[in-house]
Amino acid sequence: MAASDQQPKIAPWNDPKVRSVVFQSVLTAVIAFLFYEAVTNAIENLQKAKIASGFGFWNNTAGFDIGQRLIEYSAASSYGRAFWVGLLNTLLVAALGIVMATIWGFILGIGRLSKNKIINLLSTIYVEVIRNTPLLLQLLFWYNAVLKALPEVRDSVVFRDSFFLNNRGLFTPEPLFGAAWPMVNWALLIGTGGAIAYRHWAKKKQEATGAQSPVMLVSLALIVGLPLLVYFLAGQPISFNYPKASRFNIGGGWQIFPEFVALLLGLVIYTAAFIAEVVRAGIQAVYRGQTEASYALGLSPGRTLQLVVIPQAMRVIIPPLTSQYLNLTKNSSLAVAVGYPDLVQVFTGTVLNQTGQAVEVVAITMLVYLTISLSTSLFMNWYNARKALVER
Amino acid sequence: MSMADNTDAALGEGPGGTSNRALSSAYVRDEPVEALPPPANMTGIIGWVREHLFSSPLNIALTLIGVLLALWVIPPMIKFLFIDAVWSGNNREFCVNKEGQPPVGACWAFVVDRFAYTIYGSYPVDGRWRANLFFVLGAIAIWWVLHPRAPNKGWGMLYAFVIVPIVSFFLLRGASWLEWAGMPYVETARWGGLLVTLVVAAVGIVVSLPIGILLALGRRSKMPVVKFFSVMFIEFVRGVPLITVLFMANTMLPLFLPESWSPDKLLRALVGIAMFASAYMAEVVRSGLQALPKGQYEGAMAMGLNYPQMMRLIILPQALKVAIPNIVNTYIGLLKDTSLLLIVGIFDFLKAIETARIDPIWAAPTTSPTGYAYAAVVYFMMCYGMARYARNMERRLAVADKR
Repeated sequence: MAASDQQPKIAPWNDPKVRSVVFQSVLTAVIAFLFYEAVTNAIENLQKAKIASGFGFWNNTAGFDIGQRLIEYSAASSYGRAFWVGLLNTLLVAALGIVMATIWGFILGIGRLSKNKIINLLSTIYVEVIRNTPLLLQLLFWYNAVLKALPEVRDSVVFRDSFFLNNRGLFTPEPLFGAAWPMVNWALLIGTGGAIAYRHWAKKKQEATGAQSPVMLVSLALIVGLPLLVYFLAGQPISFNYPKASRFNIGGGWQIFPEFVALLLGLVIYTAAFIAEVVRAGIQAVYRGQTEASYALGLSPGRTLQLVVIPQAMRVIIPPLTSQYLNLTKNSSLAVAVGYPDLVQVFTGTVLNQTGQAVEVVAITMLVYLTISLSTSLFMNWYNARKALVER
Repeated sequence: MSMADNTDAALGEGPGGTSNRALSSAYVRDEPVEALPPPANMTGIIGWVREHLFSSPLNIALTLIGVLLALWVIPPMIKFLFIDAVWSGNNREFCVNKEGQPPVGACWAFVVDRFAYTIYGSYPVDGRWRANLFFVLGAIAIWWVLHPRAPNKGWGMLYAFVIVPIVSFFLLRGASWLEWAGMPYVETARWGGLLVTLVVAAVGIVVSLPIGILLALGRRSKMPVVKFFSVMFIEFVRGVPLITVLFMANTMLPLFLPESWSPDKLLRALVGIAMFASAYMAEVVRSGLQALPKGQYEGAMAMGLNYPQMMRLIILPQALKVAIPNIVNTYIGLLKDTSLLLIVGIFDFLKAIETARIDPIWAAPTTSPTGYAYAAVVYFMMCYGMARYARNMERRLAVADKR
């Protein structure tokens, strides 16, 4: 009490608390004013242009077709249905891209650290060239210069009368699953469960007695062997619908669209270069003494990598790796440049052009990406918190 | 104590004493043997090859794979790009396969012919000197700001971030009152090619740094409202793809502004790019701010500096220095991202190549790959140059930190 009495009186414009309140109020007022202006302008402009507002368009008939779709869709479907088709296509290319870019990126990242000078040089050139050219340029290259330059339908490259490659895509046999197929699925499920249980038991046993069990072999037998056994016992319940070539088109089978391949290829090749750098940095971040200590304990180089280096490198690798996954997902919106019907191409492209409802359409699209980004960040924060505990 | 002393002492203290030493010296060398040269297969080129290419079965296999891969990719590429290439000609006839002749490779004649188009787009031919002058001004700005030994950095910053933008605006856009100087008005719809790419990148670079710094400071501010708005903006923009930001700027910005303003297309795209780059820049600056020890803040406050003084004189100079490599990396991303402008209909460098390659005069099977190769080389030179610079700075800064 006495201390505050002794403080000299300060003028309100020098009091940090007062200044803070004033500054924040002014900022809030300015932003509110801008927001108000934007909304009134938008309402006025929309009325002048006679554009409807609201989300009523969601159930209207779309009236356009989409080439690649994972769910039933036709020109008679609604805009809402088109949204789901686009979103699923985005998720498909993102999921496949993430898996493939991770594998390729890890190979490249280890190649960058390889003692073998040729591998080292090749992966360095790859990473530098790919990282320093725009993704869009690479996508256009794969689509226009490579895939569109494939032969016409008439001159398709045919492999064993069942695979056709031409500038409309790759046509492959479509698997048709027989009535007994679910048994194979169950076998796979049971095998995987068994493998996990065995692994658990083996670890317990090793901790208790030190004896090691052939985990790899048993897991392989359970996960691959068991379903294969069931598959043959059930009389091979799978048949194929082969694509058939007529003069101008190819019917039946599966069609993998060149737009999809170009986008996937471009995203994987581009993102893998960034993942390679992440992996390299992560492995280099593991202190050399860790490897040396592991050798001193008598672990083989393979076991050292598996038990000492990788677990520690992963802690450094995973946060930037996740941001690369997010980048890949966001970059999949460049699909619009090669005509792959992803969320942006279908929704922000065609639906926006047809309805003219820019505000709603762009807002929905942004919301989807925001949801993906923010939920990934939340997951990452949780994961980091969990991993950080181990470090003490 | 040196090694030789040690040995002598050890011999001297032997059980037999000096007499023993004299005895033993008859058959024990007291000078080290001259080291033999390493085996011939461990040194020189052979040794290098053995160590780096054939040290183990796995290494041998990797070498083989690498050589095969290189042989599979590189010779056909050289053959296509240089040996079979067409270097001169003025239409597609020069670049199509002809009966009885070997297949043609890259169509460089196309690039030579359309070179000016890819640089200036439809900018008036007699005004191209203005674009060239802009390139020169920009090059000086880059040298002045980025070169570690350039004099008067303060003036350099003023030149790059204030003078060049203003001068370039009037230089490129022109105005009716500038016609006496040969700079009539040129609408932005006629700007094109590399000129537009560099203009957009330059605006992004110049605008994103100050806004990014403000946002980063806002995010670390103790004022909840300021912090809230900064975090909202940064997380929102970073959470969505650039293409949606561009779509938003392109379609929604005209809606949000009074009808009389109607910003032109390039300006809308610039707003989108600047927003996007600012959000990323804010995170880079924030990481620089976080790298500073707390003592720097406390020291500045103890000196009686107020907040702006503290930031301007103590914190930002250090934080930005630490962040330079990442700032340059953000600029590389920005430059690559300018290519997305072609999707919203801006005539940038990539769009110029896209237009030129499907032009019936030049449309031939090898024109597309050649055009893309040309674009790749141009982008690569710019981006790789910046990346090298960033890496250099990183090394310089690391040296300064070690001391």
